[in-house]
Amino acid sequence: MRKLYPFPGGVHPPEHKSESNGRPIAQAPLLPRYVVPLRQHIGNPAKPVVKVGDRVLKGQMIGQPDGYVSTAVHAPTSGRVVAVAPQPVPHPSGIADLAIAIEADGEDRAIEYQPLLDWRSMDPSTLRNRIRDLGLAGLGGAVFPSYIKLNPKAAARIPTLILNGAECEPWITCDDRLMRERPHDILRGIAVMQALLHAEEVLVGIEDNKPEAMAAMQAAAEHCGFPLEVVAVPTQYPAGGGKQLTYLLTGKETPSGALSTDIGVQVFNIGTAYSLYRAIEFGEPVISRVVTVTGHVAEPQNIEVRIGTPIADLIRLAGGELAGASGRLIGGPMMGFDLRDDAAPVTKSVNCVIVKNPILFPPPPPPMPCIRCGECARACPALLQPFELYWYAKARDFGKAQGYQLFDCIECGCCSYVCPSHIPLVDYFRYGKSEIWAREREMQAAEQARKRHEFHLFREEREKQEKADKLAAKAAERLKQGAAAPATADPEAERKKAILQAAIERAQKAKANIQPRNVDNVPPDVQHEIAEIEARRARLREAAHAQDEDKA
Amino acid sequence: MITAILIMAGGGLLLGAVLGWASVRYRVQEDPLVEKIDAILPQTQCGQCGFPGCKPYAEAIAKGEADINRCPPGGEDGVKRLAELLGVDPKPLDEGLEHKPKAVAVIDENLCIGCTLCIQACPVDAIVGAAKQMHVIIADQCTGCELCLPPCPVECIHMEVIREDISRWKWRYPVIPLHPVRQA
Amino acid sequence: MQDYLLLLIGTVFVNNIVMSKILGLCPFMGVSRKLETSLGLGAATAFVLTLASGASYIIDTYLLGPELGYLRTLSFIVTIAAIVGFTEMFIKKTSPVLFRVLGIYLPLITTNCAVLGIPLLSVMQGYNFVEALLFGLGGALGFSLVLILFAAMRERLEAADVPPVFRGTSIAMVTAGLMSLAFLGFSGLIK
Repeated sequence: MRKLYPFPGGVHPPEHKSESNGRPIAQAPLLPRYVVPLRQHIGNPAKPVVKVGDRVLKGQMIGQPDGYVSTAVHAPTSGRVVAVAPQPVPHPSGIADLAIAIEADGEDRAIEYQPLLDWRSMDPSTLRNRIRDLGLAGLGGAVFPSYIKLNPKAAARIPTLILNGAECEPWITCDDRLMRERPHDILRGIAVMQALLHAEEVLVGIEDNKPEAMAAMQAAAEHCGFPLEVVAVPTQYPAGGGKQLTYLLTGKETPSGALSTDIGVQVFNIGTAYSLYRAIEFGEPVISRVVTVTGHVAEPQNIEVRIGTPIADLIRLAGGELAGASGRLIGGPMMGFDLRDDAAPVTKSVNCVIVKNPILFPPPPPPMPCIRCGECARACPALLQPFELYWYAKARDFGKAQGYQLFDCIECGCCSYVCPSHIPLVDYFRYGKSEIWAREREMQAAEQARKRHEFHLFREEREKQEKADKLAAKAAERLKQGAAAPATADPEAERKKAILQAAIERAQKAKANIQPRNVDNVPPDVQHEIAEIEARRARLREAAHAQDEDKA
Repeated sequence: MITAILIMAGGGLLLGAVLGWASVRYRVQEDPLVEKIDAILPQTQCGQCGFPGCKPYAEAIAKGEADINRCPPGGEDGVKRLAELLGVDPKPLDEGLEHKPKAVAVIDENLCIGCTLCIQACPVDAIVGAAKQMHVIIADQCTGCELCLPPCPVECIHMEVIREDISRWKWRYPVIPLHPVRQA
Repeated sequence: MQDYLLLLIGTVFVNNIVMSKILGLCPFMGVSRKLETSLGLGAATAFVLTLASGASYIIDTYLLGPELGYLRTLSFIVTIAAIVGFTEMFIKKTSPVLFRVLGIYLPLITTNCAVLGIPLLSVMQGYNFVEALLFGLGGALGFSLVLILFAAMRERLEAADVPPVFRGTSIAMVTAGLMSLAFLGFSGLIK
């Protein structure tokens, strides 16, 4: 039996797992239309490489990685690209984001997948690039590009690989079902991770409310061929938080502002291991994932759907909403957010869709003033003082909030859950964080502008100097010439003047004839606008002329 | 009486000598305060404060020649932070100055005649172009100072407010909706 | 030894220069808006006060003596002014922001009644050199303590939901009053 290190704080909300974990994972049928957002992972969104009207095949890359922290996105089926435009996406803001809409042709023809069965003999860097091009990102919710996490830096050794099967959020059961039904596949994915990281021990943390998943994983682990331990962890939210699970299993605390790799631990989600297996075994990119559809629906269950499936269709696949539904939640009830538009598609980060009703999810009672009871501090798994953070975030004193380590907050929602005054504490923390990030961005922009302005001033100064030097040189030259031949100056100057006059006249004539460039093929309203501007300029010119004549 | 005068004079001389030595020893070369003020200013270089750029304004504030509430792009927030740095009370923006949402300049490509006047006006060299060629503004570098608007002879430059997208989106301040306790 | 300790503790808490002698109120209200600033001014005042106490004792005992007692206030002020001048230059060099933030209150240490009051009081009490130094240090510590506590409270008040009419100086006054009451609680500490 492994020694566990219980993390501080945490809560135990009603689990609501049994609604959806009784049915096997269903396969979604082919739908007529998919919408694949290009921003499905942390970092830079993928760059679209198809345009409207293109025919694409299933598994074809339609968005390529852009920069280091980025990964690819792929067509979920064969068909025609009908839009590359901002469309609704599952995001708390409800703002539309760039996405590629594909109309399925019903054939579901795939490109030729290239399995990576010889991955053990492949160059690790090549393998990682393949993994990036197959679009792998953490499917637990943070969607960090996996190929970066699979790259152990030369200095940092990663002796411990942790597989996160805790699934601590209420309602969600997609990892549970996956572990029950496909443990061997998951283990083959883990084998790749273990080999790439050279991990010495592999731990699979599963909450003890999932005995079936535990048993299945344990049975499979007996023949996996590398040291792997399946560990039951007590059911306590947020045991599935990366830092919490690391501490729980190893007793190692991740320092503030550091990553788990800094203490020699790497954490992956179960779903990521499964998609890695698909990538290695079949060469299949991430074009589907298992999503829990639960709550106030007819048949709560887990469904394996293609990335890009509109959530409205997904809910229909689970038997549809029951009467009296009051909204939809993406993710769990603790960390999830309300979906604004059900045309938004399933992305790599969507692990659960909960249909709300007023009984399961009553509207929050109005918040009351903080009574400084300290419940939130007791519940905080990150050992913060949420009441202090709240005090300063509310007063918009972000410097102080940062002083109380606002950025160590994992937004797990334990503090809001236990608050007897029903204060939406996490909302204040998110507000504070995004304000600080915005300020940071502004500071960077200002710094850049300052540098550019300084260079601008320097350049102006330099040009002025150059001009002055040139003039001085010319004057010196003229002085020398003037001294040498003063007699010939007069007729020469006269001739020059005549040439100059002719040039000026030519220029004026040319000016009258000049037509602004790129005015062909402009729409009539713009043409009209141009005509107006021309008229105004003509008027101004006349006025200026008149003034000149007045002066004369 | 003489003793008293001697004591006071001697003491005065001694202390004066000490102070004189200290003033040489602890001479302040330059004022790093300017840098700190400059770091708070938004660096739009727009000149709305009445100084030709952010640095001159920072210098003026440090010397006490300018008030802290003359920077509209910095807004109320900027004034607050300046007040905090300098230990004075924050105050609203000076009259006639108003904080506008951040915008970038955009050149209407159909109208641009390629006169290069805006290029010369841009304080951060964010406009690319050459004589008689169409100009274009690098949106990422544009500070929204509006200095390129007046020189344009064909008025082809206009300001576009930056729209919120997902990467720039911010969580809102939690607002608690008020419900009437009982409807009449 | 025990007497010295009692003198120090008594000066810091029981006979606190601000809270029970009501000296040095001007910087107490003026420079308590930010914790950092009050720390700076507290340190500056402590430095000036301790030095001034020692220097005043030497001047009073060895230079003035009983017959030139009428020069006491005058010479004390000159000494304090010199020390403040020195401190001012030092701070301007080492921390221009603190210098700017302290603003007028830094030269005003010269005329801070606490700074002149402590040396005069120590002469009146007939303290010896060590006692005078401890009395100066105690007074300075007491002043800094109260200033820092008060600044910390005002900083929190800044973020608090204070009714509009009470915002700013009014709530600061109320807080200062409550704090003074609280310091009365120390009066039984030392006989």
